[in-house]
Amino acid sequence: MQSPLIPNLSDQEISAIDNEIAHAPCRAAVAIDALKIVQSHRGWVSDASLQAIARHLHMSAAELDGIATFYNLIFRRPVGEQVILLCNSITCWIKGASQIQQQISARLHIGLGETSADNQYTLLPVTCLGACDRAPVMLVGEQLHTHLDDAALELIFRSREEAEE
Amino acid sequence: MSLDRPLTRNVRPDRTPTDLAAYEANGGYQGLRRALGKLVPAECLQIIKDSNLRGRGGAGFPTGMKWSFVPMENASPGHKYLVCNADEMEPGTFKDRLLLECDPHQLIEGMILAAYTIQADIAYIFIRAEYHLAAQLLREAIAACNAKGYLGENILGSDYSLTMHVHTSAGRYICGEETALINSLEGKRATPRAKPPFPQVSGLWGRPTIVNNVETLCNIPHIIERGADWFQALGLTADAGTKMYGVSGRVKNPGCWELPMGTPIREILMEYAGGMEDGYQLRGFLPGGGSTDFLTPEHLDLAMDYDTIGKAGSRMGTGTMIILDDKTCPVGFVTNLMEFFARESCGFCTPCRDGLPWSAQVLNDIEQGRGLPEDLHTLARQVTFIGAIGNTHCALAPGAMEPLASGLKYFREDFERHISGGHCPWCDGGVN
Repeated sequence: MQSPLIPNLSDQEISAIDNEIAHAPCRAAVAIDALKIVQSHRGWVSDASLQAIARHLHMSAAELDGIATFYNLIFRRPVGEQVILLCNSITCWIKGASQIQQQISARLHIGLGETSADNQYTLLPVTCLGACDRAPVMLVGEQLHTHLDDAALELIFRSREEAEE
Repeated sequence: MSLDRPLTRNVRPDRTPTDLAAYEANGGYQGLRRALGKLVPAECLQIIKDSNLRGRGGAGFPTGMKWSFVPMENASPGHKYLVCNADEMEPGTFKDRLLLECDPHQLIEGMILAAYTIQADIAYIFIRAEYHLAAQLLREAIAACNAKGYLGENILGSDYSLTMHVHTSAGRYICGEETALINSLEGKRATPRAKPPFPQVSGLWGRPTIVNNVETLCNIPHIIERGADWFQALGLTADAGTKMYGVSGRVKNPGCWELPMGTPIREILMEYAGGMEDGYQLRGFLPGGGSTDFLTPEHLDLAMDYDTIGKAGSRMGTGTMIILDDKTCPVGFVTNLMEFFARESCGFCTPCRDGLPWSAQVLNDIEQGRGLPEDLHTLARQVTFIGAIGNTHCALAPGAMEPLASGLKYFREDFERHISGGHCPWCDGGVN
């Protein structure tokens, strides 16, 4: 019998996870895929989600949490609608990533690791994004933005604000 | 004379991807047609061995030799795996992204040929989470290959079958270490494994596994199609083939170019990258990513290949240079890298987990003007003890020590000026 305290995964989530299990040698092998699938539906992985995934994969929640917390792109705390992954590795740093971060922080009133009050954005640092020829760069959601400067930031955030209106 | 650039022949200036039809129209899958049913795996292996192809992920290990360790005739029954390492995350490295986004079929053809050579029946592309476009293109390319008979059961009517999957990662630089990558593919924490056993014998799920970098695998179709002698002749020095070279930092034209292996550094920097931006002078550079030793302007006439750069006291690594200019603080530069490596330590072994944050703290103190003269001794001791291969579980921490060790060697006066002056001469976080 299932514990009433642990929510069920949605049919969509279960179907996507089971697709992965179909070509894996054991259920626990898809732990990272399963965490990513649930996160793609819910934005982050809550304790309750973690327990539901663990139950589906026949793992302990503690073991799964050890995996979830290892990876920086599995979010164990709520994040905003859009996650900003700002590259602060070497070439972007040379090209002014620190100033870009200050601009973003001033605009959205958040520091690294924080979510804006309107829940639109979470700002996180990320390892070199592999676009050093176009530094400084950042990802907003899945969109890569390159050659960042004040004007570029203005364009990115204003067009997003307009799109929401 | 026009240069032969096999890896980037389908790369368009606007970076739009090459689809299956365009890839085939430009000679794609000819290497595969040449091999399957006509060459036995041992013959393919011999061609790759003869070509002198070396791993393009950074270590430069001979690819044919790596593959030769996979048990063949006497292999125990069960799966064998080929894994493409598309977890490009080395600071300052942006070459695999170009190959993945512009010509996904070239990689897939290389993987099918590599898998055929070691008789693997399952292949994975392990790609970093942030490469959304590349992952999507690869999934579409694999679907197209399944429909066309390049992948799946009895490829091109042969008795060889191969299944290919894309695995998108969930972050962490350490996943690029091949045994950590294998643990991550198994759904675990990406902690590197002890070696031996080596993955070629006991890798994914304890089965023989080859892990190769994107650029390495992209070379395979061309070598199989055109032969080892052709490939050898592409290089200007003892190392064979072409290489994806890159330059980033304060240069006029940062970018990535396929050039003959052994192209002089000066040519890459001046002709392709256009030289330094106006108002900036070259002080030094990391030749191949964040975990390689600094070289200086006196090294500009060296050939960019594994052995030459190795003899100069650094490593060619990924072949993508990071430029240190005169308006960027060398201490800040090294501090940024050390903070990166400290953040990315997997935490398994103490010298790395505790040593790298210690180094980062000392460096940060110096950069912020709080450094003491004895801090330079502390850093030198860290280089000695953390930098020695064998003192740590994997190569991450020794790699982190390379820019520090060479930074102390070439820019010692700048470290000393921070300490004696009590502030960073470049101020404002180290960047002009």
